Amino acid sequence: MTERSGSDSGPAHKTLEIGMALLIGAFGLVVIFGSIKAGINWGAEGPRAGFFPFYVGAAIVGASAINLWSAQRDDDGRLFAEWGQLRQVMSVVVPTAIYVGSMPFIGLYVASMVFIAWFMRWLGGYRWLTVAAVAIGMPVVTYLVFERWFLVPLPKGPLEEWLGL
Amino acid sequence: MEELANLFHGFAVALQPYNIMLMIIGITLGVIIGVLPGLGGANGVAILLPLTFSMPPTSAIIMLSCIYWGALFGGAITSILFNIPGEPWSVATTFDGYPMAQQGKPGEALTAAFTSSFVGALFAVIMITLVAPLVAGFALRFGPAEKFAVYFLAFCSFVGLSKEPPFKTIAAMMIGFALAAVGLDSITGQLRLTFGVTELLNGFDFLIAVIGLFGIGEILLTMEEGLAFRGGNASINLRVVLQTWRELPAYWMTSLRSCLIGCWMGVTPAGATPASFMSYGIAKRLARRGNNFGKGEIEGVIAPETAAHAAGTSALLPMLSLGVPGSPTAAVLLGGLLIWGLQPGPMLFVEQKEFVWGLIASMYLGNIAGLIVVLTCVPVFAAILRVPFGIIAPLILVLCAIGAYSVHNSTFDVMLMLVFGVLGYLLKKCNYPLAPLVLAIVLGDKAEEAFRQSLLGSQGSLGVFFSNGLVSTIMALGLVALFWSAIQEGYSRLRTSMA
Repeated sequence: MTERSGSDSGPAHKTLEIGMALLIGAFGLVVIFGSIKAGINWGAEGPRAGFFPFYVGAAIVGASAINLWSAQRDDDGRLFAEWGQLRQVMSVVVPTAIYVGSMPFIGLYVASMVFIAWFMRWLGGYRWLTVAAVAIGMPVVTYLVFERWFLVPLPKGPLEEWLGL
Repeated sequence: MEELANLFHGFAVALQPYNIMLMIIGITLGVIIGVLPGLGGANGVAILLPLTFSMPPTSAIIMLSCIYWGALFGGAITSILFNIPGEPWSVATTFDGYPMAQQGKPGEALTAAFTSSFVGALFAVIMITLVAPLVAGFALRFGPAEKFAVYFLAFCSFVGLSKEPPFKTIAAMMIGFALAAVGLDSITGQLRLTFGVTELLNGFDFLIAVIGLFGIGEILLTMEEGLAFRGGNASINLRVVLQTWRELPAYWMTSLRSCLIGCWMGVTPAGATPASFMSYGIAKRLARRGNNFGKGEIEGVIAPETAAHAAGTSALLPMLSLGVPGSPTAAVLLGGLLIWGLQPGPMLFVEQKEFVWGLIASMYLGNIAGLIVVLTCVPVFAAILRVPFGIIAPLILVLCAIGAYSVHNSTFDVMLMLVFGVLGYLLKKCNYPLAPLVLAIVLGDKAEEAFRQSLLGSQGSLGVFFSNGLVSTIMALGLVALFWSAIQEGYSRLRTSMA
């Protein structure tokens, strides 16, 4: 873990810790709400569908309250991460989100090619030749292993249709 | 002696050429998974699980469990050569393994690590062979209340034994239970917690959660450190191996102790990681050269590796005999059983003799094969590590996406995987344990079913969980485990006030 020093800054660990406890607590409330809708009392067939999740939700809220309290209490001045580190993380999360979001439309193979090429070129800084070799090679190998050898179908888009695969 | 006959029959199954081929493929893939950052045993097995849908179950479990053994072996390679633990359970191996490699003894350290892993695994497999049928036979008499008590014990052990704060463990676990409850209620057939989203009708699949939490989350953690990666060299030759083997028997006491720690921690769902730390700590305290630990002591490699492998292997004992997995990877294997149409739990030993004993026999053979593969191929695996993370990371992300998609052929699952990935990153950073979350998703439905069935029998009275000696004992053990840290604290406070 990074110690707080003059040059690097970032969100405090405590802030994230509190945020996490609140988020999980809110999730617990959603679970309680959903359980009450499904019925938490006894019906003709015994405990109804919301019976068990209701107590699970209550436990989540209870545990989060305690976690919130202890996060509030001890502040050791640690950073969650430096901004630079978080930028690194976001530079993976955002393109992965685009990759995943585009998959239903252009298929897994084309999306993977673009994603691998983007990652290697912009984050890794490789030569175009290396980039092309991996970005095209990986989907081809995937196709052979998954679709041909193990007969597992993967999502395809207009390009595969055009190629007649 | 029926077990012995069954075991020999199992060997006959495992020794079929097709199964041996899968075994070697599994070990090799497993070591690669163990070596690569971001691909661990649990999500590696989860990604490859769809490949086995068309195989006969026995062959499928042989391949998947061998991936698991391979991953256990592989973690040691990166720890020793690069000071980078490929798996959490090999963190303790870096303490003495890496200094040994720095002193020009990487071959000795690797040989000691692999051999200790093998010894630990062998010990655990022998224990499984002897104990599992007994436990399963015993568990056949379990009613719903006893079943719930076993789940209760398993989850309470998490709270008591994990090093994370207990309320964080409880929160993580309950999130898992809540996610498991989403969708169709198996008893009443009613929909719950879906909030009108049709994609949630079937609930959350834990495989997606595993791939996201462990795979994507791990990549994000690694990205924090940037893309820089240091390479290294390794070679093992026969002379070094034989020489190290001559030294090892002197440490039999450490090995035996580590085996016992590993088996205990593996059967109770504490898992391989705490087992390796505990074993290292105890060895450090008891060894004659304990002061030298951390500076390249061979005993400091033997202790954590033996315990980690013993724990990783014995985690399969409760999975096979009770249907309660002892680790996330065992949970994925259990998920595999359900997909192949087998019902995990004590009935396996009665109805699926060939499957169970084939698996147990393959554990013996797989670990022998694993030892041979890692000893002979270390340079190859070390070379994989020299492929920069800038290439490896996108490939792993694509593999995770493929794995997540092929579980249900759904692109919604792939998006869910990313959500779980970000969540996993945040949870890990905030010190919430992920293993109980995953186990709760896997076992949630079963635990709830057992709970509701017991209450049905007792007309809603909780007294059913203390209605006879057996169920009360298990529940009491669970309560002790739940309040273990409080009990320990109280005990030490009592001692200081007495003194």
